[in-house]
Amino acid sequence: MAIQTPNGFSLDNTGQRIVVDPVTRIEGHLRIEVNIDESNIIRNAVSTGTMWRGLEVILKGRDPRDAWAFTQRICGVCTGTHALTSVRAVEDALGIQIPENANIIRNIMQLTLQVHDHLVHFYHLHALDWVDVVSALSADPRATSELAQSISSWPKSSPGYFRDLQTRLKKFVESGQLGLFRNGYWGHAAYKLPAEANLMAVAHYLEALDFQKEIKKIHTVFGGKNPHPNWLVGGVPCPINVSDTGAVGAINIERLNLVKNIIDQSRRFVEQVYLPDLMAIASFYKDWNYGGGLSSTNVLSYGDIPDYANDYSAGNLLLPRGAIINGNLNEVHEVDLRDSEEIQEFVSHSWYRYADEDIGLHPWDGVTEPNFDPGKNFKGTKTRIDSLDESAKYSWIKSPRWKGHAMEVGPLARYIIGYASNIPEFKEPTEKLLTDLGLPVNALFSTLGRTAARGLECAWAAEKLQYFYARLIDNIRAGDSATANIERWEPATWPKDVKGVGFTEAPRGALGHWVHIKDTRIENYQAVVPTTWNAGPRDAEGNIGAYEAALMNTPVDNAEQPLEILRTIHSFDPCLACSTHVMSPEGEELVNVTVR
Amino acid sequence: MSSPETFYDVFRQQGISRRSFNKFCALTAASLGLSPAFAPKIAHAMETRRRTPVIWLNGLECTCCSESFIRSGHPLVSDVVLSMLSLDYSHVLMAAAGHQAEAALEETRRDHAGEYILAVEGNPPLNEDGMFCIVGGRPFIDQLQEMAAGAKAIVAWGSCASNGCVQAARPNPTQATPIHKVIKGKPIIKVPGCPPIAEVMTGVLTYMLTFDRLPPLDRLGRPTMFYGQRIHDKCYRRPHFDAGQFAEAWDDENSRKGYCLYKMGCRGPTTYNACSTVRWNDGVSFPIQSGHGCIGCSEENFWDNGPFYDRLADVHTPLGVESNADKMGLGALGVIGAGIAAHAAASALQRARASATNPKSGSGE
Repeated sequence: MAIQTPNGFSLDNTGQRIVVDPVTRIEGHLRIEVNIDESNIIRNAVSTGTMWRGLEVILKGRDPRDAWAFTQRICGVCTGTHALTSVRAVEDALGIQIPENANIIRNIMQLTLQVHDHLVHFYHLHALDWVDVVSALSADPRATSELAQSISSWPKSSPGYFRDLQTRLKKFVESGQLGLFRNGYWGHAAYKLPAEANLMAVAHYLEALDFQKEIKKIHTVFGGKNPHPNWLVGGVPCPINVSDTGAVGAINIERLNLVKNIIDQSRRFVEQVYLPDLMAIASFYKDWNYGGGLSSTNVLSYGDIPDYANDYSAGNLLLPRGAIINGNLNEVHEVDLRDSEEIQEFVSHSWYRYADEDIGLHPWDGVTEPNFDPGKNFKGTKTRIDSLDESAKYSWIKSPRWKGHAMEVGPLARYIIGYASNIPEFKEPTEKLLTDLGLPVNALFSTLGRTAARGLECAWAAEKLQYFYARLIDNIRAGDSATANIERWEPATWPKDVKGVGFTEAPRGALGHWVHIKDTRIENYQAVVPTTWNAGPRDAEGNIGAYEAALMNTPVDNAEQPLEILRTIHSFDPCLACSTHVMSPEGEELVNVTVR
Repeated sequence: MSSPETFYDVFRQQGISRRSFNKFCALTAASLGLSPAFAPKIAHAMETRRRTPVIWLNGLECTCCSESFIRSGHPLVSDVVLSMLSLDYSHVLMAAAGHQAEAALEETRRDHAGEYILAVEGNPPLNEDGMFCIVGGRPFIDQLQEMAAGAKAIVAWGSCASNGCVQAARPNPTQATPIHKVIKGKPIIKVPGCPPIAEVMTGVLTYMLTFDRLPPLDRLGRPTMFYGQRIHDKCYRRPHFDAGQFAEAWDDENSRKGYCLYKMGCRGPTTYNACSTVRWNDGVSFPIQSGHGCIGCSEENFWDNGPFYDRLADVHTPLGVESNADKMGLGALGVIGAGIAAHAAASALQRARASATNPKSGSGE
């Protein structure tokens, strides 16, 4: 009983059902169900967000200058990006212009997040889908050293270094307490790396774990802490004082040197460890070309990293903006977040209620009333899900659509749009990567393409950190030390009833916040986040979402150990707390949800 | 199978000599108030003890606690997870997924009943029969209560588990509930903050592993060594407060001089945490040092005590009695705020008097 979806997939849910819940090495709570046919190929995929927090309900009636702190707590992994999106939305609504230094420091914060998030994702959330830790025990340390030295000049590469690491690992395994590595799919046939590559990758897993904490110190300098640094409507909270009394309590030359040192170290680590590892690992998995999903047809990016302050037009954004539909790379469409016909959210398969569930709502008109109704073919009880009914409602995530299309967002979407827009700094590294691996362009549209784009973007972001650091120094040298505009800080100066929108490119993709401010308080607040785009369920028309599409037609070697599912889902870097937190303008209704 | 890695092995791997190890054990005995005769016993325990299993559960949360934890600089988190404890379940970091992950949980519950530490990030929602947070097809609250039953001790990571945090802010649509309200009869160590400081998190765990006992807790269940004093008590900008020197607006002259942020809404005077002493991310900075007032993220109900930029005296939202247990018994934050305003004025006044009567002790400005 195959069903043809409007977005080009043939679904068949008659074969064996495989459930992965919890999906781990992600942020938040996600469940995946698939059906495989008699050849073990995935013929139906169901993505379910299994948490809801109601954050925007909580924002209603609050001071819009506080909204960044609340929305930042949407996610502690992509920490900062929601806060930045929020202050932009509020500034857009209130007509606030920020100083040049504030724009630069915000860009440094956002790029720091990109570098950190991508690095941690690759090593700590994704690598174990490709790297067999147990196999590393049988590696020859000398051969590992030769391998490492052949691909990078990174100094920690001696035979002794790898021998010590292997000894430690052996001791760890022999202790019988495998901790984090317990019950992994070790020895699975889908692992293809030689033992030496596995040992090298495990060494870098640990090095990256120790190094990542350094990167985020940039947030700590400008924002006082990480996770969850501090932000400010109208600029940034940290003043600059490089010469006068009291400079020790501000951004001064010692702080700037610390930031520079971290930026340089980060760039080195990305170029000498992350990228060579990515290439080495990818070269063993070139034949595993599954997981493309929507990436070859429909991708979306809002753009980000304004080169100069207060200009959010596409031409001033260093990360590209645009939409590609139906696989036509020759046409990059402009995207307007204010147009009520472009971005809309649907709930026909989500655990929410609309008056008319055939239509979608623009975020400024968004409604969210929870309606946990798992449908008639659902298997289980009210508090035990055995198997979901994807013909009914099946997720706490809504289905956002751009002009009716299901879209993929994220680093791969950005690189495809940058490539299609002929922007050299996206096109050239992409072509080089493909040439080095001996792959055609359409190899990009895959799980590995997603993983590779993230690595390229990490290197791009590290380079841009150096660029903005130099810009900051230039500005200070020229005598500009302003970091905040307080002309409209006091609510008495605000218009009575205004709407605003803010956007960023979060590590995981396009992120938008829509705010309505009335009588100096938040009247309505809505966020549509990357994982909503990617992990969302089917819509009223039956179009499947990006996760679901990416899982389709992938062979699963062992139904008991569905490593391939993890690989493809992890390649999106899921962030579920982000995706499931919507509100209604009548948010107070939610207070009445019955306590059972 | 060779002998399991023990604390002593870990020490040796870190390049610590046998002699230093013995000295450490003697100091540990002394710090625990034990006679020197106990030192060999401690040494023996550390040489032979297996790594303590830790189960780390995630409810409704944002994962900032896990992210903070991996920022720990001392000890390094790679040493923590490889050598100091056995992190047998962690949504964020573990290799296994699906039923293999669930099996790891079950194995620990069965094989290490009464031995494992349960670390909880986030909290359970009680509305919708708990189905606002589903793990393995079941409400998170079920998983939490099952794992709590066999735990030796429970650590409530962050403000979600300790106090409810952002999803429990008004109107708390999911009825997100701090864990001490749904777990009874087990010691719960609250480590509040959004998130807690990395080195405080690893400090609390390693305290328990090193000294084999729970850290002393205050009346709200927080370790006194990290939460015993207000940020204001140890703030390096305190002299400016006492001198009546305040930032008046963002990026004004006084902000650039690093004056006190009290008038910008700083919650340091009512917030119990280690930010001004331990500081963040290996001691790089903390919010006040980077120019933004404390928002009080380790205090109960801090989300509902805003707006964050109103100075404390203007705050009128009453707090529960419990949250005030360590705040001189005052019933409402407004009263505390007024008290602080008076305290600020009085400090400045005393300072002025002192300089008037004794020119040598002038403000130094």
